[in-house]
Amino acid sequence: MTATNPPSSTRYPAGGEAFAHKDLTGISELAPWQILYLLDEAEQWVELNRQRTKHVDALAGLTIINAFFENSTRTLLSFEIAGKRLGADVVNMHAATSSVKKGETLIDTAATLNAMRVDAIVIRHASSGAVRLIADQVDCPVLNAGDGRHEHPTQALLDALTMRYWLRSRGIEEFNGLKVAICGDILHSRVARSNILLLTALGAVVRVCAPPALMPAAIEQMRVTAFHRFDAAIEGADVVMMLRLQNERMSGPFIPSAREYRHLYGLTQTRLERAAPHALVMHPGPMNRGVEIDSNVADLAERSAITGQVEMGVAIRMACLDVLTRRTRGVLGWEPLA
Amino acid sequence: MRQLPPLTIIGGTLLTGSGDPVKGNVRCEGDRIVAVGDVAPQPGDRTLDATNRIVMPGLIDLGVFEIDKPAFHFGGITRAALMPDQPPPLDYPARVRFAASYGKPDFWVHPIAAATRGLEGSELPELGLMQEAGARAVSSGRKWIADSGVMLRILQYAAMLGLPFVSHAEDAGLAGDAVATDGETATRLGLSSAPAEAEALAVARDIALAELAGAHLHIRQVTTAAALDLVRAAKDRGAKVTCGVTPAHFMLSDIAVNGFLTFARLSPPLRAESDRMAVRRAIADGTIDVIASGHDPRGPEDKRLPFADAAPGMAGAETLLPLTLGLVRDEVIGMARFAELLCANPAKILGVAAGRLEAGLEADIAVVDADRPWIVDADRMEAQAGNTPFDKQPVQGRAIALFKGGMDLKG
Repeated sequence: MTATNPPSSTRYPAGGEAFAHKDLTGISELAPWQILYLLDEAEQWVELNRQRTKHVDALAGLTIINAFFENSTRTLLSFEIAGKRLGADVVNMHAATSSVKKGETLIDTAATLNAMRVDAIVIRHASSGAVRLIADQVDCPVLNAGDGRHEHPTQALLDALTMRYWLRSRGIEEFNGLKVAICGDILHSRVARSNILLLTALGAVVRVCAPPALMPAAIEQMRVTAFHRFDAAIEGADVVMMLRLQNERMSGPFIPSAREYRHLYGLTQTRLERAAPHALVMHPGPMNRGVEIDSNVADLAERSAITGQVEMGVAIRMACLDVLTRRTRGVLGWEPLA
Repeated sequence: MRQLPPLTIIGGTLLTGSGDPVKGNVRCEGDRIVAVGDVAPQPGDRTLDATNRIVMPGLIDLGVFEIDKPAFHFGGITRAALMPDQPPPLDYPARVRFAASYGKPDFWVHPIAAATRGLEGSELPELGLMQEAGARAVSSGRKWIADSGVMLRILQYAAMLGLPFVSHAEDAGLAGDAVATDGETATRLGLSSAPAEAEALAVARDIALAELAGAHLHIRQVTTAAALDLVRAAKDRGAKVTCGVTPAHFMLSDIAVNGFLTFARLSPPLRAESDRMAVRRAIADGTIDVIASGHDPRGPEDKRLPFADAAPGMAGAETLLPLTLGLVRDEVIGMARFAELLCANPAKILGVAAGRLEAGLEADIAVVDADRPWIVDADRMEAQAGNTPFDKQPVQGRAIALFKGGMDLKG
């Protein structure tokens, strides 16, 4: 499957040198050009997903396990569709019905999957670092679908792909200088961390906004500017990314109530007017309409990228599964890693 | 039991536990030291040539979680104060008596009594009877007693009995379920973290209550500059406060947690580099009284887990000696202070006649080759488990001979 020619502003090493990682456990492990490589690779799948026949046999014969130790509907669905459109045999493993409930350790689960000689494992887990723990135990590629508060690399990639198409529609190719405001529960958010890493790597100017109790310590060491007032953070922003406020945080020690949160941190029509006139509105989903984002903003067809993000998600995940399994599939030029 | 012949250790550099190193001999009869310094061996004595070796009291480890004799003997440790967090907790005189006898004759355990029944934080256990059974201190174990009323009553009781209180200083409300210290590392890794100030807050409260009760407070681990300042100030005004630290907090900072290494998952967590430097200064200036191992062997079922799910603790017995010797090599402390930190001060705090090379005391003696190089290897340790954050680190210093009550343990 040859990719469409990458934009002339980017160049990649030949063959497997373009992506010399066994796993995708986080944005922190990627060089900036490797991020761009994955975005470029995804564009062919965006095209395919808009055709009548959304299927290729690139990964035919490969077994992919979606090992989700933490619940998810959207990400699981996205990965399942991605794997099947590439022709792989995709098996979903849910923690609730798995032997994990019987007390099997993560290490043993990893060893079991390895023994079954699966070709790729997509993992979501509630504990930061769990995915790396499994990746080191298995021979096949591992993709992180979210580990605790640590990283959610495919989310950041799909967010970047969404931004890229939007920038192109305005005649811009680069992320340099793009002003992005990420607002919400930064402390508990792996989406925030991965996005911060990716956007700063590509030269964007990132602001984070959260009430003090939901802002991580030393966050400015990740080269972002921290705000506690949303009105200040959103001023002139090109992209406004809203994070979901989890139900269990909505009343009590972190936030007094959902309506107080909306009052101070909700993306309302009025607040959006403080952003740049063309500003893009993003949200990883699922949304709490009327809490972190008002319905009339979320549904603004010209400004909201929220459904677009979901579309990009399948394409990005197809790209990641494709690239990470090239060595297994013996694609020309993709030698086994040392 | 047949009496062993007398023992004379010849030609070593003696660290008596007080005062500078001096060349000399040590002679022991039965289980006691009879002469230190200028004493000649007599016919029939066992002799040990300790030329170019350090001859020091056997180390006394204040605050271990497991009686792991092979590890202790490797590390030159002849006595340890056992923390009450045992299954079941040391909250009952019979359990204390058993712990005190466990290990004898080649290792002495000084049990630390639980401060509350079941270590649950509210009810007083029979501290008087436990003292009679051999308890040398009282402790709340791995946790901090959040209820100040309960803490005051325990401190008053302990003061009456003359038992030191060994505390774990971490304000429970601030620390919560944190597994790391607030900072760049915890933020990047997405680990639940708490501000380092959680320690200073707890230390401030414990010092205030201890002074009120007239109790001796020993803070088992003080790892932050702010808390060390509080201890220093308390000592300056004459309060009965002592404190300790393990090599983890003078050798490592929170950067060691990168990669989610669970051997670096400790309680209290590793701190910022500035706090590590403050610990080293405090060791030098006398604010810190004791360096201990915190020995807490944890197997794979406790450590081969995601970071937050792993149990905290390190198997520190074998690295206590070489890493503390490293402080001498780095000129943070001299040899005399080295012996105080590892032997004399722990003995003084526990109120046991040990930790010094002195006529009349038990012949607990370690002969150390201070320069002997070796590499810490988690897979090949004497301890019950190899959870050391110093895996693969080259170190220098090893106990090549160890005597307990005159008995040769490495013969």
